[in-house]
Amino acid sequence: MNGLSTVINLLAYVTALVFVVGFLNKVILYFKTPNPLLIPTTPAPTTTMGVVARMIPEVLFFRSLLKGGTAEKVLWVGGWIFHVTFLLIVLRHLRFFTYPVPGIIMAFQGLGILAGLLFPIALLILIVRRFTNDRMAVITLFQDYFVLILIIAIGLTGLLLKYYVRTNLVDVKAFILGLLTFSPAQLPDSPIFLIHFGLVLVLLAYFPFSKLMHAWGILVSPTRAQADNPREARHVAPWAQ
Amino acid sequence: MADIKAPELTGEIITPKVTPGASKGIMPFKAKPELMEKVNFPAEKPSNWKELFLKKMEEILKKYRSVRVFLDECVRCGACTDKCHYFLSTGDPRNMPVHRQELMRSVYRKYFTTGGKLLGNLAGARELSDELLEEWLTYFYQCSECRRCSVFCPYGIDTAEITMAAREILDATGIGSKYNLEIINKAETIGNNLGMPGPALRNTLDFVEEEIEEKTGVPVKLPLDVEGADILLVTPSADFFAEPHVLSLEGYAKVFHQAGVNWTISSHASEGGNFGMFIGNYDHMKTINKRIWDAARDLKVKRVIAGECGHAWRVLYSFSNTLNGPFDFLDSQYRQPSHICEYTLDLIKKGAIKLDKAANDEFSVTFHDSCNVARASRMGETPGDQMTIPREIINACCNKFVDMADDTIGERTFCCGGGGGVLTDEMIDIRVKGAMPRMQALKRVKDSHDVNFFALICAICKAQFTKIFPIYGIEMEEVGGVHQLISNSIQLGAKEGV
Ligand code: HEM
Ligand code: SF4
Ligand code: SF4
Ligand code: SF4
Repeated sequence: MNGLSTVINLLAYVTALVFVVGFLNKVILYFKTPNPLLIPTTPAPTTTMGVVARMIPEVLFFRSLLKGGTAEKVLWVGGWIFHVTFLLIVLRHLRFFTYPVPGIIMAFQGLGILAGLLFPIALLILIVRRFTNDRMAVITLFQDYFVLILIIAIGLTGLLLKYYVRTNLVDVKAFILGLLTFSPAQLPDSPIFLIHFGLVLVLLAYFPFSKLMHAWGILVSPTRAQADNPREARHVAPWAQ
Repeated sequence: MADIKAPELTGEIITPKVTPGASKGIMPFKAKPELMEKVNFPAEKPSNWKELFLKKMEEILKKYRSVRVFLDECVRCGACTDKCHYFLSTGDPRNMPVHRQELMRSVYRKYFTTGGKLLGNLAGARELSDELLEEWLTYFYQCSECRRCSVFCPYGIDTAEITMAAREILDATGIGSKYNLEIINKAETIGNNLGMPGPALRNTLDFVEEEIEEKTGVPVKLPLDVEGADILLVTPSADFFAEPHVLSLEGYAKVFHQAGVNWTISSHASEGGNFGMFIGNYDHMKTINKRIWDAARDLKVKRVIAGECGHAWRVLYSFSNTLNGPFDFLDSQYRQPSHICEYTLDLIKKGAIKLDKAANDEFSVTFHDSCNVARASRMGETPGDQMTIPREIINACCNKFVDMADDTIGERTFCCGGGGGVLTDEMIDIRVKGAMPRMQALKRVKDSHDVNFFALICAICKAQFTKIFPIYGIEMEEVGGVHQLISNSIQLGAKEGV
């Protein structure tokens, strides 16, 4: 194993740790922070089952976004395709993480390829809307472009690996399985793979400290996740007792 | 104030171009040191104000999940940017909900996140400064806490929560709004926002009784501090004297009279409103709310009913049980407060009150959903009944009713422009502008259906619209309460089926 491989292997472990600890840290922080008052945006369900039923379309179909006008419809198309293709691509990547590869992951392969192509288009919509609309231009920050460009770069290097600079997938799989089984292996001999992999590490390390935490935040957003039941039950935060 | 111009009424709500600083300079008068101290805030901004500011902010981040999660999770998708009535009417980017939040989020980054500490400006972090305080005082008081933005946000981020937290931080830094704190002080010391003591209240009620008897010939009573009454009515104090509020008070009194129940108003809790909520202060909200439950206990009532008021209903419905419950001294059927609309509709359905629709034939009516009722509370059994119940009442006592456009009613209702503690003269400019989207929607039904009665269930909405209708060139007499329509049409005397 060469020096670069050692460094990348180490970086991968550090990044994984940062991601997991950082993410859990936020999850715990949110749980520990109480909701002193019932503030669901009403009309809201009055039972826990009702809340689950409210959340499913929120998470799967960004339902509230669909309540908006044309700009939100465009955003919805871009945003939804982006998230679904992102998910499919992640699932497709599982073939590198498993041995033998479960049938269900194999079943995703075709869809995964389609996703790889739609993914940059969706991201393009998301990025273009940020500077073509005067309101978006005002609210967009450096980090908003940063994540989009980062993810686009991940996607494009991925497509490069697939269609132009074919990499030895056996080496890739050996490398990843090596990481997973704590028996570090040689990095595949491919600069593009190195960039692709390095950018993913950046994304993972950045995730818990950024707006990407919305993936968890939506589940604990009190305006959506609380039941509207002040008549039925008393609700008091520990600090207010 | 004569030079205040209303936006032109075209019936259209058009998203404006972004105009930075368009509503700069509109901010509340600051409370004087004596007032600040009376309500337990630092008298003035001290030299170490930054410490106080950050200490309060840290406390809020620990106490309120809403604030913490909302600050973290916004992706700046922009869905909320054109949903606020203050942005739609001014074009000031700081009135875009996400950009209003950014005033706090930038400070959060600077002092509470690693990225912000390390990268500063690049990460959108901002240091505390007098200039920033000025922006906070301006734009966190150009928010009526109406929650319209939260309906459209994919994560339900509610700018009202951020606004309340911001006002709480400003107060803890020695910067308070004179209007809000004066009212809080009056509610806590005298029992109502107007500072009207018990005897004056009795006089007013006598006057209302005389009015009703003169108009109807029936001696309808408005009892005060009657121990052992079944029902305690808690209503915004504006109902006792302001027009058209008092006409709804007559309506409630007639409903109770006709139902044949024993009811009372309390001089100790002669206020339904609770401005503690507007400044995001848990303790004040609790103290003001507690007067109601003390009164209910002292008067040994079985049930508490709230009059027409948006934010009062939010506090009574959503927060009361948390703040001062459980209310196990009440009748087990009525442990929680009811809304007067729930009560009245129930009587109508039972046939216990008779209504003469023709009495309202001069009116073509539309109904404005108050934000705090529509988006922050419930009536009835089923979610959404808070929209249908008032409409059912109106349809039961009027022949002509029409709704405004769908995207301006129900959960998407537009604020009157005067809610959330901005109903004060120095804010008149933003109040007039903020009402624009609602007024455009009204204009359309005026053109299509000759609407001439704008039915409300909120004291602040009533005060706001009576003030701004004339500025928009509409008669202020067109503003009224839902129970005013009941009052016009209820048949007194003939009691059946009670
Ligand atoms: C519960 C799961 C999730 C939900 C409901 C959700 C929802 C949304 C929505 C509604 C937007 C705004 C539309 C947009 O700007 O594209 C958004 C933006 C975004 N989401 Fe998610 N998301 C979820 C999970 C994730 C995850 C796991 C990632 C990981 C990469 C992610 C990354 C992003 C990014 C990068 C943006 C910003 C796009 C932009 O700035 O234009 N989301 N998400
Ligand atoms: S809609 Fe929500 S997530 Fe989008 S910019 Fe507004 S507050 Fe942020
Ligand atoms: S709560 Fe209402 S007033 Fe405040 S930012 Fe949201 S839409 Fe505007
Ligand atoms: S005053 Fe009425 S319309 Fe305005 S915020 Fe309150 S409830 Fe909404």
